Amino acid sequence: MRLRDNYQKAVKQFQPKPPYVVNSLKAFVSGGLLCVLGEALKKWYINGFGVSQEVAEHWMMLTVISLAILLTGIGMYDTFSQFAGAGATALLSGFANSLVSAAMEHRSEGWVSGVANHMFKIGGAAIVYGIVVAYVLGVVYYIM
Amino acid sequence: MKLVGKQTWVFEDVYLQATGTAVGPFEADGPLGEHFDVAYRNLYCGEKTWELAERRLMKEAIEVCLQKGNITMDEMDVFLAGDLLNQNVTANYTARELPFPFLCMFGACSTSMETLAVGAALVDGGFARRALTATSSHNATAERQFRYPTELGVQKPKSATFTVTGAGAALIGRKKGRFRVAAATIGRVIDAGLKNLLDMGSAMAPAAAHTIEQHFLDLHRTPVDYDLIVTGDLSRVGSIILKELLMEAGYDVTTNYNDCGLMVYRPDQATFAGGSGCACCAVVTYGYLLKEMEKGTIQRMLVVATGALLSSTMIQQNESIPAIAHAVVIEAVRG
Amino acid sequence: MEYWIAFLVGGFVCGIAQLMIDRTNFSQIHVIAGLVSAGAILGALGWYDRLVDIAGAGALLPMSGFGFLLVKGIWSYGAEHGWMGIGTGIFQFVGLELSFAIVLSFFTALICKPRG
Repeated sequence: MRLRDNYQKAVKQFQPKPPYVVNSLKAFVSGGLLCVLGEALKKWYINGFGVSQEVAEHWMMLTVISLAILLTGIGMYDTFSQFAGAGATALLSGFANSLVSAAMEHRSEGWVSGVANHMFKIGGAAIVYGIVVAYVLGVVYYIM
Repeated sequence: MKLVGKQTWVFEDVYLQATGTAVGPFEADGPLGEHFDVAYRNLYCGEKTWELAERRLMKEAIEVCLQKGNITMDEMDVFLAGDLLNQNVTANYTARELPFPFLCMFGACSTSMETLAVGAALVDGGFARRALTATSSHNATAERQFRYPTELGVQKPKSATFTVTGAGAALIGRKKGRFRVAAATIGRVIDAGLKNLLDMGSAMAPAAAHTIEQHFLDLHRTPVDYDLIVTGDLSRVGSIILKELLMEAGYDVTTNYNDCGLMVYRPDQATFAGGSGCACCAVVTYGYLLKEMEKGTIQRMLVVATGALLSSTMIQQNESIPAIAHAVVIEAVRG
Repeated sequence: MEYWIAFLVGGFVCGIAQLMIDRTNFSQIHVIAGLVSAGAILGALGWYDRLVDIAGAGALLPMSGFGFLLVKGIWSYGAEHGWMGIGTGIFQFVGLELSFAIVLSFFTALICKPRG
């Protein structure tokens, strides 16, 4: 079959396929290790500081967010994401990265119309869908 | 009649008198690094924002070009320029400081050859004695406009291209120089129906193939008439597709074909499928290929700059990517 | 043992998300929004709560945990306040993380420039 007769389909043989298995494995291991780090932090907060489980979970999430924001600030998070893929972006750290990266990128447009306006450019999707879905479920729960 | 065939303009005596190039750190570090006139060690180029950095690159390229051509600003008749940013801001704001008329052009990554072709036509038609063309692109400005914030963690596929940070300027005139702008083929917009923003090579290859075939038809030439046929930024993916498309049309370009996006970076430079952007074709052609021509390794070359005419809004509205390609023939002048 | 479960559960979610990004036309933003919605639905069914008990951080750190915490807030607040719990309770658990991330992002943007 000639390439030009059926370009949209025939061109696929020339396009590099993402290495599905390797990418997923990388995401699995990096994401898993980040969660182990979170679990270790939680244990440390409970045993070392004597806080309750719920408080320790909050502290753990705040630590992960701070770490992600710090790494983004010094320009290392995007390098990590290129390796880990969803292992870096599908976690809470990826959400923090999306907020701070957008805020940093638009600081050149000023503090209100730049940083504040654009902060949720990427991360907003997670918040909007989370709230809409949770709200609808809440309404259903209340009615029932 | 200067129009030959359907889409090709043949110029009588128009010369590329001088060129200037300015690049960022990745390009300076690449295999062609030594051939560029100005190289910055930092992506900000000593400016405060990415946009200002791009503007500085274009300004530097123009200054070097005029200096090399030994021409003052007052002797220039027209300035043709374009870039990738919305409303062509880099070109417009650079032109603000130039005391001669300005025509803004947008052809996405094909702008380098679009401005060169139109500039040559203006000079050949007697509408200008000397024309200055320039184009620029910047990795971070393109990234934040077309994709995501630069620091956002995104995993890019192998088909993605890496926008070249740089600018190229060229001075065209009637005075005999070392390089002749012999002909130009203006491309048609070809939409292959592809939608992947991270695979521009596949989207632009049909446009490049169409322009090259039309060029051969119009001038009754074949690939062997050229020492080098070079495309702008088809990258690793698109250049293979282009070769296949041309082979189907009966043109074998396997021995004398190359792509600027593949020449500008080393394979180990984490640039995915290769370079792209307006500056890609401009800096490689004006910086490196003309030097090769001067040495005598190339006598006649066909430079095909390819452009994907998309905007992120259109992509989000599920439109496909229209593409265009403009070709210019540059010949070495002997003696 | 808890570490292993956290590793497997967290890794599994990331692996699936990666496959979705690679194999479908969805971008990572779509996939993350999907994860949050899935977490909220599983939370409403009461399944995610059990997963958090077993996997701890492995279930809380993926973005599905964010959706779960939104629902958990509505449920626990709504038990006392009825329908008002929907709007008020939604931020009960995530409010801490969300406001912290916003404030810290703002001040980081004060100091740091993007590096490209």
